[in-house]
This record gives sequence, C-alpha cells and structure tokens, in this order.
Amino acid sequence: MQLLTSRAKKVDRAPMSFLEQIYLWNIIKGMIITFSHIFKKQPTIRYPEEKRAFSPVFRGLHVLNRDEEGREKCTACGLCAVACPAEAITMEAAEREEGEEKLYREEKYAASYEINMLRCIFCGLCEEACPKDAIYLSETFTPADFNRKNFIYKKQDLLIPNPIENPKGLAIAKGQEELV
Amino acid sequence: MTVLVFDWFLFIEKLILIAIIIFASLGIALYTTFAERKVAAILQDRPGPNRAGPFGLLQPLADGLKLFTKEEIIPNHSNKVLFILGPGLAMTAALMTCAVIPWGDKVVMFGREIQLQIADINIGILYVFAVVSMGVYGVMIGGWASNNKFSLMAALRGASQAISYELAMGLSLIALLMLTGSLSLKSIVTQQVGTFWNIVYQPLGFIIFFVCAMAECNRTPFDLPEAENELNFGYHQEYSSMKLGFYLFSEYINMFISSTIMATMFFGGYDVPFVTSHLTNPNIAAIVGIVALMIKVVIFIFVFMWIRWTIPRFRYDQLMNLGWKKLIPLALANIFVTGFFILLKENHWRF
Repeated sequence: MQLLTSRAKKVDRAPMSFLEQIYLWNIIKGMIITFSHIFKKQPTIRYPEEKRAFSPVFRGLHVLNRDEEGREKCTACGLCAVACPAEAITMEAAEREEGEEKLYREEKYAASYEINMLRCIFCGLCEEACPKDAIYLSETFTPADFNRKNFIYKKQDLLIPNPIENPKGLAIAKGQEELV
Repeated sequence: MTVLVFDWFLFIEKLILIAIIIFASLGIALYTTFAERKVAAILQDRPGPNRAGPFGLLQPLADGLKLFTKEEIIPNHSNKVLFILGPGLAMTAALMTCAVIPWGDKVVMFGREIQLQIADINIGILYVFAVVSMGVYGVMIGGWASNNKFSLMAALRGASQAISYELAMGLSLIALLMLTGSLSLKSIVTQQVGTFWNIVYQPLGFIIFFVCAMAECNRTPFDLPEAENELNFGYHQEYSSMKLGFYLFSEYINMFISSTIMATMFFGGYDVPFVTSHLTNPNIAAIVGIVALMIKVVIFIFVFMWIRWTIPRFRYDQLMNLGWKKLIPLALANIFVTGFFILLKENHWRF
C-alpha cells in the first residue's frame, strides 16, 4: 500500500531487552519531559483577581438606551420582539401624555418591557432590528440567581442610568468608572 | 533501690525527643500532601492550590479540618474492631520507624550530651524492616474488615506487592551491609562522614532499594492497591472521615520515612561533605546536620512525586515480573559483585 505521508512508523514488536524490561531508561526520559514543564508558562488565569477580556463583539446583557437628555428611546414598535428567535421579549405600548416629554422621546413608549433571560440566546437580532437604536447588548453577562422569576428582567432592570439625574451611574454602566 | 539509679534526665530527654520527632513527622506529612498537589500542578502547567492563605499554604489545614468534620461511617457488615484497628495500625507502623533514625549527631545542653536519635539499637535496619512489614497489616486488616470485595482484592494486591518487593529490598541492602559491617543506622552514618557516601559503592543497590521503597509506600507506579479504575478506590474504599485520613496520611509518613532511610543509608545521613568533619561546636554541627538531612529528604520526596506524575501505573503482571524476575536477580548479582570486591580488597587487590 502506498503511504500518504512519511509520518507513519512501523510498530516494533521485537521482545524487550533486559534493560528495557527494567523500564529505567524510558522512565528517565519521561521524567526529563515532565521536568521541562516546570519552566513552562502557565496558561491559567487566576479568575477573581484576573479576568479574561471579552471580545469587542461580545453580546451580553441587554440595555435599553436613553438619549443625551435622558429620554427613553424605545417606542415599543415591537420589531425586536418580532425579530427575536427565542421569543424572549414582550412589551406593552402606551401613548405619551402631556408633560411627559422629558421622559420619552417620541409619542409612543413602552409601558412595560420584559426580557426572559432564560429564553434569550443572546443572538443580537433585537439590536439589529431596532430602528431607534434603543436596545443594545452590553458586555456583561447575566448574573446567577436561585429564582427563575428573577431572570425575567423588567424595564427598570434594563434601562441605562439617566445621564442627567445619575451621571455617575451611567459612567459605571459604561465601564468608564470603577464600581466602588 | 533501682529507682535511685534510674536516669530521669535520659527519660525526660528521650520523651521530649519522641514528642518532637512525632510531631515533626506529622507536620512534614501534612505539608507533603500540599507539596504533592503543588508539584503535580507545576509539572502539569497549573498553579495548584492557591486559595487558602498565601500561596495556599493553609490548604493542608483546611483538608485536615474537612476530614475531621466528615461523617464517620462504619459499614453494617464490617468487623468493627478490625475496621477501626486497620488505620491505627497503618499509622502506628508508619510512625514507629522514625525511632532508629539518627536525625543529627548530638547536642550538648545543660552539660549533657543528647543523642539526636531515639534509640541507637544495633539491629536498626532489621527493626526498620520489621516495622515496615507491619504496615502491610494495616492495609490487609482494613481491606478485609470492610467486607467489600474490592477492598479485599486491593488488600490482597497490596500485601502480595509489599511482600514481593521486601525481598528485593532486603537483598539490595545485604550488599550494603556487607560493606558497612553494621546494622546500626548510627554507625552506618558515622562511617560515611568525611569520606565517600555509600551511593558511590552501591549505585545499583540504591536504585533497587529506591524502586522497592516506592513499591512499599504504594506510590505510583506501584499503587495497585488503590487502582481506582480497577478497584473503585482500593483498600480504603469503605473508610470515611479521619480513618480515611489516617490511611492517606500514613502513606505520606511512609514516604517521608523511606526518604530518610535512603538518605541515611546511601547519602550520608546528616553528613555535609567537607563541612561536618570541620565543625568543632557540636550544637552547630547538629543544626547543620539536621538541615542537611532535611534537604536530602525533601529532594527524595520531590523525586517520589516527580516519578508519580510522570509515569502511569504498572499492570499487575508487569509489577510481579519486575519484582521477581528483574530486581531480585539484579540484587543477587549486586551481592556477588560486592562480595567479590570486598574479598579482593582484603587480599590487597591480588587474585
């Protein structure tokens, strides 16, 4: 048979010599290999002290955005819910009343907005579908919890801190300032 | 009247020495478990335990505490007396060996010369062998009393392995004893002080002794009594809590003691070449000696671990083949060659 590579080695089935039967030389060869590993660099990351950086395109927990005046961008159009392959997003729309212009940017807003983080597959299609740039996937992941109920994130959990009322909170959320 | 002649100082000094040596052995064994995990980790490019205390130094204490607080289970169908006796026997046999080891030369304190050896008996080596063989009973009794097929099988393996390798071990030492002409560990060490260590005369004997010591300690590659994949867990399968801890611990004490014996027999014990014979102050000499012995022991323990994390376990037939068909003939040949050279030397190197 024609060999495809030159790497194949013929198996040596000759009986072992006395020296081989004592295994000493082969054991020493192995020990040299393990000894050389003492000086190798460890690939380990000491987790709580040291964290591996996420990729720049990492898709984590959702954020509902506000504009620079602190008004919610979401208009509850429902495109994200339609785009969601896991059907994790539900919302209820409401009409903006007189005097609420500081809260909502457009005439329609989301009265409630829920994402079930146990259903979400973090594909980022909601982010792509949104015409108002209202929903984003951040760079943190969902924290663990003992209760399934707590994985259904309400609008208050998702909204980014108000840049006017709570600039420090916003800076922390954006990762520009360390959480104290 | 014998009460008046009784040397109370000797009694107290030996008592203190025994206490120190036993606690030191336990402490060293405690930290050998830690060193084992660290060495394994480093050889496998991992950091190893590093959470408890700085560099994970409190890890063995945490392990001990965990073992103490575990539920103590004694199986219903076990022989309860033997079940409890087993780990105790393993531990006792492991600790008893350190009685004849010379840890240093002597200390002069309160105008008395204190020998750093619990008992300098003239059959030191035989005593070591006798006590080490007792260690097999710990394994045997523990495995048998558990009333578990796997434990019993592991105990049988352990016993047959220990007995087979004791033979080669004894034979490898005979050649050494022919050279030293003494069974006392103290005089074996003093013979090596200032001249060549015994390893120079007995390299083959040392290798055989080393392999056998590894088999006696049930260390990988000879850890067949605890071959998890064949025997679930080995002879201590039914044990829990501190009784299991005793078994695991006695293994480490055995490793420490056999390292000490090897350092004493073949590597000059507490001797530091070119230094010991020039130290005039006995106290400084004793401290240097103890440190030197400990360094040798640590090196041996490291080699034990290094081998363990390098090679896999032997198959049972390979183990028996190596013991009976390779090591014993080699040891016998070693005896003959040594005897030949001793005779030649006595005849002033003439045939």
